[in-house]
Amino acid sequence: MITFLQNVLDALSLGSLYALTALGIGLIFGVLKLINFAHGDFITFGAYALIIPSSADVAQVLVGGWSWELLIPTVCIAVIAIALASDYLVFRPLRGASPPTLMAASFALSYVIQNAIMVIYGARPKSVNLWPVLGDQTHVGPLTIPNLNLVTIAVTLALMVGMTIVLRRTSVGIQMRAAAEDFRMARYLGVRADLVIGLAFVISGALAAVAALLLVAQTGSLTQTMGQPIALFAFIATVVGGMGSLAGAVVGGFVIGAIVIMFQAYLPPDLRAFRDAFAFAFVILVLVAKPSGLLRAKGLVERV
Amino acid sequence: MMGRRTEASVALRHSDTDDRPPGVANPLPSPMSATLTHASDCSATDLAAAGISVRFQGLAAISEVDLTVRRGEVLGLIGPNGAGKTTLVNCLTGHQRPSEGRILLGQMDITGWSPQKFRRAGVARTFQSGRLFKDMTVLENVETTAVGLGRSRRAAAREAMDALDWLGVADSAERLAGVLPYTDERRVAIARALVVPPEYLLLDEPAAGMSDSECDELLGFVNEIPGRYGCGVLLIEHNMRVVMNSCSRIVVLDGGRRIAEGTPEAVQKEPGVISAYLGEG
Repeated sequence: MITFLQNVLDALSLGSLYALTALGIGLIFGVLKLINFAHGDFITFGAYALIIPSSADVAQVLVGGWSWELLIPTVCIAVIAIALASDYLVFRPLRGASPPTLMAASFALSYVIQNAIMVIYGARPKSVNLWPVLGDQTHVGPLTIPNLNLVTIAVTLALMVGMTIVLRRTSVGIQMRAAAEDFRMARYLGVRADLVIGLAFVISGALAAVAALLLVAQTGSLTQTMGQPIALFAFIATVVGGMGSLAGAVVGGFVIGAIVIMFQAYLPPDLRAFRDAFAFAFVILVLVAKPSGLLRAKGLVERV
Repeated sequence: MMGRRTEASVALRHSDTDDRPPGVANPLPSPMSATLTHASDCSATDLAAAGISVRFQGLAAISEVDLTVRRGEVLGLIGPNGAGKTTLVNCLTGHQRPSEGRILLGQMDITGWSPQKFRRAGVARTFQSGRLFKDMTVLENVETTAVGLGRSRRAAAREAMDALDWLGVADSAERLAGVLPYTDERRVAIARALVVPPEYLLLDEPAAGMSDSECDELLGFVNEIPGRYGCGVLLIEHNMRVVMNSCSRIVVLDGGRRIAEGTPEAVQKEPGVISAYLGEG
């Protein structure tokens, strides 16, 4: 029972990371019908923003050494800047292009960012010790919980609640949800496209920055491809949850996190190495049973 | 309820016998041109299609159609399926750029404006398919328009609620639009078009698929719109009976051309109209 509860906490923590990332991907998809594969590279970029640009083997932290009140906004601003720049330089000229074209462009952008990081920082992984206190553990009764798990879950919940409030209560939030569901209709009704798209990239960038910090705190290392596995799992989470539904993206993130952790914990030891294969087999099952995802993306389903 | 118009402008006209020379600056028929030139008259802000043609890859959807909607009236636009009604409405709301001809709001040439600019200028519409935001509540659906048109959040909520209240769907304000019954969905779509009242409201077959009693109830609301909101209404229908009871004037389209215009009584007696509806095949 105790082991199971530990596993649940691990699942929630991993699910949080996927949910944050899936939400960033889902938001951009909703507004622009763009599946942004460069989202993982936004995360990578956020992680590298912690250190001084140099190809030396040993990383010199700059931002990474600041107090968290300064560090978090700085990394957020850095990632938001690259997200907005990506929109301005790559996606804006392609407005009106088909979703496959946009997706191909995001692949290209992904490789450009990755290689730019490799040119500037060198190809070797670097170690960064961010927030060592998060490596400690808290004992709650019989449970031993890594502080990082608690922080990850708490931060994710706080961001979800914050985003829900913004999306439900504010004028720009309502416009954003309308645009995410039916962009042309929203535009016709007066919703300002540039405002909504810009804000989607800002929020998506900020979510990528938070994911980057949680990831670095967890792994303690930087590589040019560090954001990609998360973005892949998060992308699958948006599909499982129901492409086009923000709530679906979050649910999908937690579902994928739970599947991965539970397979890791309860598969026979010989099979654990193939955990991801089992996880993806489960994803295929979900999609065969519910092709439009767990939470039906109503905007995408034609009513008869 | 609106009184029926009795002026000379309702006299029948056949656009297919129209022999005006091409390229004439104001191709509107004379009774309408007369009202347009009276700048002091409130009809100086008529919404008009002047000699509109739309071709899709060489195929004419509508040809040289003239139509004027006046504020304070319910103008019916009828015609069999495929007559070009929706194409004409798309032109009048900026969703379709005409291949030829102009769209005028008062003296202003608004041809080629984007749909959102049409809406800001006071030309609103509903869509045949409803196109509500199904993941949002009914209230939020209507609020989106008000907020998009510059209202504060608070004012948007209030005006949206007023519109829903009037249309009798205030009880559903907090429900998701995706779960509404069909008839309520239509009313919400109308509320969404009416919030921040437009000068013109174009309703694209709002009663399609409704039973006769549901239809009559909806038309009760449509008939009150001009008096209540001071706007002109263009009601598109393919059901003759529906427009006969609620419109002061009717324009009949067939095969992309305007074949008749006039009072319901007069239009019904038109041989061209009768054959368009009954005589085909």
